[in-house]
Amino acid sequence: MNENDTTDRGTSTSLVPASNAGTERLPASLIRGVDQFENPGLPPHVHRAADDDPAAAKRAERQVATMFGLSMLATLVFLVSYFAIPDEATFFFPGIGIAKTQNIVLGLSLGFAIFLIGIGAVHWAKTLMSDEEIVEERHEQASTPEQRAKSVAVVNEGVASTQLNRRPLLKYSLGGALGLFALPLGLQVAGSLGPTNIEELKHTIWDPKDNGGKPIRLMRDPEMTPIRFDEVTSGSVFHVMPETLQKYIDEGKHVLEAKAKAAVILIRLDPDLIKVQKAKDWGVDGVVAYSKICTHVGCAVGLYEQQTHHLLCPCHQSTFDLTEDCAVIFGPAKRPLPQLKITVDDAGYLVAPAGFAEPVGPSFWERAR
Amino acid sequence: MSTINETRPADALRAGDRQADEHASATKPLGGIAGWMDDRLGGAKGVSFLAKKVFPDHWSFMLGEIAMYSMIVCLLTGAFLTFWFVPSASQVVYDGSYVPLQGVTMSDAYRSTLGISFDIRGGLLIRQIHHWAALIFVVSVFVHMARVFFTGAFRKPREINWVFGTILSLLACIEGFAGYSLPDDLLSGTGIRAMNGFIQSAPVIGSYMSYFIFGGAFPGEAIIPRLYSAHVLLIPAILVGLFTAHILLVFLHKHTQFPGPGRTNKNVVGYPLLPVYIAKAGGFFFIVFGVIALISAVVTINPIWAYGPYDPSPITAGSQPDWYMGFADGALRLLPGFLEFETFGFTWSMNIFPGSLVLLPLMWTIIGVYPFVEAWVTGDKREHHLLDRPRNAPTRTAIGIAGISMYVVLFLAAGNDLMAIKLHLSINDITQTLRVLFFVAPPVAFWITKRICLSLQRADRQKVLHGRETGTIWRHADGRFEEIHAPLTPDERWALVQHESHQPLELTAGKDVNGVDSPVARKERLRAKFSNFYFRDRVPPATPSELEAAHHEHDAHAAAPEGGHEAIEPAGASQERETIKADKQPG
Repeated sequence: MNENDTTDRGTSTSLVPASNAGTERLPASLIRGVDQFENPGLPPHVHRAADDDPAAAKRAERQVATMFGLSMLATLVFLVSYFAIPDEATFFFPGIGIAKTQNIVLGLSLGFAIFLIGIGAVHWAKTLMSDEEIVEERHEQASTPEQRAKSVAVVNEGVASTQLNRRPLLKYSLGGALGLFALPLGLQVAGSLGPTNIEELKHTIWDPKDNGGKPIRLMRDPEMTPIRFDEVTSGSVFHVMPETLQKYIDEGKHVLEAKAKAAVILIRLDPDLIKVQKAKDWGVDGVVAYSKICTHVGCAVGLYEQQTHHLLCPCHQSTFDLTEDCAVIFGPAKRPLPQLKITVDDAGYLVAPAGFAEPVGPSFWERAR
Repeated sequence: MSTINETRPADALRAGDRQADEHASATKPLGGIAGWMDDRLGGAKGVSFLAKKVFPDHWSFMLGEIAMYSMIVCLLTGAFLTFWFVPSASQVVYDGSYVPLQGVTMSDAYRSTLGISFDIRGGLLIRQIHHWAALIFVVSVFVHMARVFFTGAFRKPREINWVFGTILSLLACIEGFAGYSLPDDLLSGTGIRAMNGFIQSAPVIGSYMSYFIFGGAFPGEAIIPRLYSAHVLLIPAILVGLFTAHILLVFLHKHTQFPGPGRTNKNVVGYPLLPVYIAKAGGFFFIVFGVIALISAVVTINPIWAYGPYDPSPITAGSQPDWYMGFADGALRLLPGFLEFETFGFTWSMNIFPGSLVLLPLMWTIIGVYPFVEAWVTGDKREHHLLDRPRNAPTRTAIGIAGISMYVVLFLAAGNDLMAIKLHLSINDITQTLRVLFFVAPPVAFWITKRICLSLQRADRQKVLHGRETGTIWRHADGRFEEIHAPLTPDERWALVQHESHQPLELTAGKDVNGVDSPVARKERLRAKFSNFYFRDRVPPATPSELEAAHHEHDAHAAAPEGGHEAIEPAGASQERETIKADKQPG
């Protein structure tokens, strides 16, 4: 037995099983007994109405032709309405409301023009085309051992002709060249995808350095008008941008990068409700400003629940408690929203004298470094 | 019983059936354009092979077709959209015909999408067809995958095609995400904003990846053109390539078929490509396209004009991704914040990273390797072309449902805010409940599904052994009532008895000849454990001798009606009877 195996391997290679029998063998977990039902064979063919009755066949033909005809009609409707319906036309569509006439008519006519072709074709196939089933034999996917042996022989012959086995220098130098040639391409893409300035993630334009060292006024977003302290009535909410943003707007720069980190929400609540002394100190008489960028993945924390003094992020429902210095009380965020220290300047406007004390927005690897 | 088979062997043809390779002799010589083509391409050989290709029929085989056709609709309408869409984040002031946004500064991408919706005649329709087709594409891909999984169509020789399909489904989701991010409206911009947060959550390289992908600081002007080239070129090229390979492999392997009279593992019974499948499948393309167009005509999808241009500061309540990204969004909502921690000043965002960057590759890897795991457990090296009825593979079906239940929990979590609002519930309660359900639902779903499968198998046995309930009640002369059971015809019976039923592998001796634990033996022990997990609970198909015995019982029944329904169980298989009895015990 052993001898047979070795001689076998000598003539072919290990890629080739001795026979195909292995693939047909039952797995160990299956026992095929004699006590089994046998396949009864194909059931008798049942004729359809259209097979036996010429009238039914004629009816089916007419039905199919009607669908194709209606399809042509729908196409015609599309062509006419494309030119006939003015862009601004609307009408009352029952169950939907005021709808754009053009979209509805073009869509329905196109839809029916296409749909009816399909229905017609399927109906044709089901009623008139032969419904006699055909039996096709399957064959094992694997090649026969002879075919396998032949392919291995052909490949071996080709490889032998390259002399790769006899000349290792060629093998290793080719391998090295093929292994390395993609590096320049990869480097070009990866290296040039974007300038990286990770430190920038920790910086916002609330930094007074951006304003010549002077405190930065809080401006309404998007009007960019300064906010007087006495305009912030109890319970009111302001969406705030720094005064420094105006420079970007004036210079016609792409402002969204700055806005994406600078967004602030300003809220006035009863000072006695604020339980954290630092939060009280960094605000003015219950007026507090916090970064509006969620510390989870960076959505704007835009929902303020006035009754509970909670700020809720609509993306993943992280909930921050304003009375607890915006600590996370629920949801997937870990860190509190960073507070922006504010005071009132001589003219009575709210200003931020110091910028944020920590990076705003979502976590990143180097955040705390 | 044996007489049934004498009349006709399993795969014999009936009167009127045709052998696949026997077709009408050509009455007309090949000429004209077809002849000219064949002179140059020799395609006639292929045509006769293709035309007689047989496809088996079942409604569930249509699911993959829906995916294929909706993808074609996407390609077609997507090409249209590129004629008007401007993939640029440059800021412009809107002066189009949509009055509420006139004078607003926005990106060129958003402006051109508004243009498609309001100023290009029929543009809104094409945009809506594109979006609806994309949604239907992904859903049909998933449902098609479920069909393939639950019927065991992924078994040898189709494992490669299962892996191709797995990659296709992942690409479909990514392609969809890239696509709906392009208009640069407030909702999709918020999606990209969250994506930036996901990328940043990657340990060590997150911040750099973010700067690479966005070409600088978020959002920058690079992301829209980059997503555009991914959406219209890179991913579609891979999608179409893989899809072509997927279809070619279906041709090569010939389609699987459900078991039935005359259908064996060595044949394929169905209709020829020409004309029946050309008409049915070709017609079905028009049905899918037509239905998508009809939906797009009357149901608004993604009304970007209502959201406004992207700006990092404003936000809308109920911000949610398209449905296929819902489960990932849900995972992010369920992960509690305390998982984030710092070591040596470096931040590990384990409240984000597992749900964003790990979840998708992990989930798709598990799906992709499943066929190889099952093949290892069964040790089955044979080709399988007959599909399993899901009940006949109870453990596989239960695993599938457990996975789906996990997916559904995550998917529901993505709607926790909407559920809270619409159902007047506390969002915190909903989230906590779903957190618990994520761990509890899969095992419960597994157990319930497996029990249902085993019960259905037992019901099949009972039906085979005692016949179909007719609903006719007979009153006997002695006052007894009995429902008449009609015996099944051999054709009816075959579907209920044809399946193979694995038995758990015996534990092999764990030691080699010298009494030492061998690594091979350890591996085999693990396999035996898995095999036990898969096949421990087993309801074997009814056998002819059991049917014979059941007939005897019935005769005895008439004499002694107290026998009850104990006769369902096979007389011989006492071991199996015990399993069933154990199952019946409460708790």
